[in-house]
Amino acid sequence: MNNFKVLMNGIVRENPTFVLLLGMCPTLGTTSSAINGMGMGLATMFVLICSNVVISSIKNLVPDMVRIPIFVVVIASFVSLLQMLMQAYTPDLYAKLGLFIPLIVVNCILLGRAEAFAAKNTPLPSFFDGLGMGLGFTIALTLLGGVREFLGTGKLFNIEIMPEQCGMLIFVLAPGAFIVLGFLIAIVNRLKKINS
Amino acid sequence: MEYILIFITAIFVNNIVLSQFLGICPFLGVSKKVETAMGMGAAVAFVLTLSTIVTYIIQRFVLEAFGLEYLQTIAFILVIAALVQLVEIILKKVSPALYQALGVFLPLITTNCCILGVTILVIQKQYDLLTGVVYAFSTALGFALALIVFAGIREQLAMVNIPKGMKGMSIALVTAGLLAMAFMGFSGVDRGIASLLGVG
Repeated sequence: MNNFKVLMNGIVRENPTFVLLLGMCPTLGTTSSAINGMGMGLATMFVLICSNVVISSIKNLVPDMVRIPIFVVVIASFVSLLQMLMQAYTPDLYAKLGLFIPLIVVNCILLGRAEAFAAKNTPLPSFFDGLGMGLGFTIALTLLGGVREFLGTGKLFNIEIMPEQCGMLIFVLAPGAFIVLGFLIAIVNRLKKINS
Repeated sequence: MEYILIFITAIFVNNIVLSQFLGICPFLGVSKKVETAMGMGAAVAFVLTLSTIVTYIIQRFVLEAFGLEYLQTIAFILVIAALVQLVEIILKKVSPALYQALGVFLPLITTNCCILGVTILVIQKQYDLLTGVVYAFSTALGFALALIVFAGIREQLAMVNIPKGMKGMSIALVTAGLLAMAFMGFSGVDRGIASLLGVG
């Protein structure tokens, strides 16, 4: 039950993108389509779960003074692992996401969760925290990517919904990312107010 | 000649924040006042140029020499973190005035993704050291330009009556979108300059 609460906390109440506003670079940079957004979200989730579990297991062995560099090394190791796995099994997605895969290291969500949750909890809740935060991030990125892809090209997950001429290309380009995210956050703020 | 091309392309055409989406966190976080934006811009320019030199040397003479390219991500982030600490300590001793101005921003820079991003890009684009440094410095100038312009707009925005739901980050993002649209006007300028200078 408690673990379920931790899971939902990451997806809804403390959604990393819409509520905590963390990890903005990949959020804006990789969401030109729903599939790219989802791929980036899942990649981040993989690293987040692994680093959360490892950090919560070694937290008692790590001296307090040097904990941040050690956390960063743990995260960077999993990112390197992910890079190799993606190069081997999903080369297309790896090429599309490009620079943003190594940049998962400096995504504030990872170090933020390591400090705020994994360093204070046991491995099992940390696993669920990573899963919840990762899912929250994935859902947000897929949503943003979906809206941009639909408005920009008339497609959704590469399936044509309206003719391509109706698309407004600006939404696939850089300005569209900022504007769509701005309005999505406004909608989320509104929904939160209705709920409370 | 090609340095001029790299310089202008990195600042205006492929602006690091507004068209490549690197360094968004400080772009949104420390852009409430023009003064702090300038401080952050200067700190980034300083650290970015320095870390490009150091990571370039490490890549060529350590990682490639021993066939350890797969350790790039880990090695670079550690180098950048150590470098930022070192710069902080040296500045404190050598130039307290500069430390006063940049000090607050230095710890924030380690997690600024434009530093790690640009150092990796320099390696990926296979620049030589001098070209890499020119590229890094002009990218940092582009970052500072975007940050200062954005901070100027946000200062004005604070005095305007905005719909309640749009307040805060929401309106800031929409503004950044409009700014990005303005910067899109520069696209193609790089090709014009290239033909003017007779390179590329």
